Amino acid sequence: MKTMLNVALPKGRLGEKVYDMFERAGFPCPSIHENNRKLIFENEAAGVRYFWVKPSDVAIYVERGAADIGVAGKDILLEYAPDVYELLDLDIGKCRMAVAAPRDFRDNPQKTLKVATKFTNIAQTYYSSKGRDIDIIHLNGSIEIAPILGLSDVIVDIVETGTTLRENNLEVFETIVPISARLIANKSSFMFKSVQIEKLVREIGGAR
Amino acid sequence: MTLNDKTLKNDERAIFALRSLYDRYGYSRYKMNKFEEYDLYVRNKDFLISDSVITFTDTNGKLMALKPDVTLSIIKNCDDAEGTVQKMYYNENVYRVSKGALGFREIMQVGLECIGDIDDYCVSEVLLLAAESLMCISDEWVLDISHLGILTDIIDSLGVSDEQKKRIIKCVGEKNLHELDLICENNEALKALITTYGDAREVIKKLSLLPCNPKHTEELTNIAEVLESCGLSDKVRIDFSIVDDIKYYNGIVFKGFINGVPSGILSGGRYDNLMRRMGKKSGAIGFAVYLDLLEGLGDEKNKFDVDVLMLYDENEPAANVCRACARMTECGSSVTAQRKIPQKLRYKKLMKLKDGEVTVVENNA
Repeated sequence: MKTMLNVALPKGRLGEKVYDMFERAGFPCPSIHENNRKLIFENEAAGVRYFWVKPSDVAIYVERGAADIGVAGKDILLEYAPDVYELLDLDIGKCRMAVAAPRDFRDNPQKTLKVATKFTNIAQTYYSSKGRDIDIIHLNGSIEIAPILGLSDVIVDIVETGTTLRENNLEVFETIVPISARLIANKSSFMFKSVQIEKLVREIGGAR
Repeated sequence: MTLNDKTLKNDERAIFALRSLYDRYGYSRYKMNKFEEYDLYVRNKDFLISDSVITFTDTNGKLMALKPDVTLSIIKNCDDAEGTVQKMYYNENVYRVSKGALGFREIMQVGLECIGDIDDYCVSEVLLLAAESLMCISDEWVLDISHLGILTDIIDSLGVSDEQKKRIIKCVGEKNLHELDLICENNEALKALITTYGDAREVIKKLSLLPCNPKHTEELTNIAEVLESCGLSDKVRIDFSIVDDIKYYNGIVFKGFINGVPSGILSGGRYDNLMRRMGKKSGAIGFAVYLDLLEGLGDEKNKFDVDVLMLYDENEPAANVCRACARMTECGSSVTAQRKIPQKLRYKKLMKLKDGEVTVVENNA
């Protein structure tokens, strides 16, 4: 039996773009275009199996070996710090992790800064590198309203075009780190499926 | 009593195989107490895989810990003896928080330590035992070897700050080329190091072009030659992405992988730096095998829970049931005697016992 390469793709537009890259790199799986609710697609001839998972879960699938490789945003990799290889920057899904606040916000370094975010690790690491004392408020969504309602002073979140921020009277104060989609691989799978993974990296890396 | 393969689980089988392997090479079993003074771990927190430790106050008021690690205790109790080497192995439960998991777990760990005047032979022997340990567990294994000296030589040649150094080591561990450019310039040697991995001979050939201490390359070459002469060259690879904390480790470090287990199952290296931190003059090398990872491996999906289900009714004398069951176990079948068929029990044969007579009612084999 041929060894299959298991690939975790992030559900959504980004994942579709990523699939196209993989297809061009010689790992096609036409059944993925069928319009149904299936989550796993296989092409035995090409030796590849794709599955759609929630973008923030890709790193977990890869770290625990359910997927050999996957594509995850740098934000997720920074937040969860999975023990995986980060083989390529795919240069898509580009945005940045930033600190945003209401336009009239002035930082008072004598006070503890209240930070609302989904990315508590990233926020913690960023502010502790600056030696700033902060109070982290973990939220799961609609982060933008936290400073408006006085729940926090600033937010740490992903900024793509900045439209959501503008519409809520917020603006970017500092950029923490640029974000894009990365190709990651399980460290053990890399040992045993290195030929396939290296081929993929070469093809995708060369095509850009 | 005889034990057959069916009785032993993967990890239990591995424990016996590993212990007998280490015994054969003259390593003596180091049996220890489950508790250790907490102080020992506070001073070497980064050495531990997770820094959470289960603590309690002993009757004398001392703060104690359930061992999260064995190596530190062994070092603490070893004496420096010039010219000799102490060889020990252990098989102990340790208590730690696994990454991403909530709460403590009890983890069975087997490992060995070689402490004293370490020479090339000692290093080779430990690596051979690491390879043989992997062989005991599975046919599909890989042992990755790196030399931290080579990595630090190249990083030091760049003249970067400690902060940058940390980030560079992280990139090397991730085989991450694209972010190296953001950290430092003139990083060609580092990139070469990341992209050079695999067959030992090939890698060593390329090392001569990199700015590293020839002593380190020579050490790696010697070890690779020994492993090759033992016929292991196709499963032993050099890969510099094996990075361990340079505060504790130096020289050769290695990691073993088994196909089907998502993370390294064996991990070890030369830890002279840790010895110095603990006030010892000797050198040391060792490794640990994380047997908890074996649990999910090759789960032979047992089709049957038991070979024979022996049905009897309440009028059957107990002595008859005992005799009938004994006959089954004597010929090597497992048997469960029940008055009713238990729900969800998967049995090979269903037998009925009536007035001492056994009849086969159903055969699923």
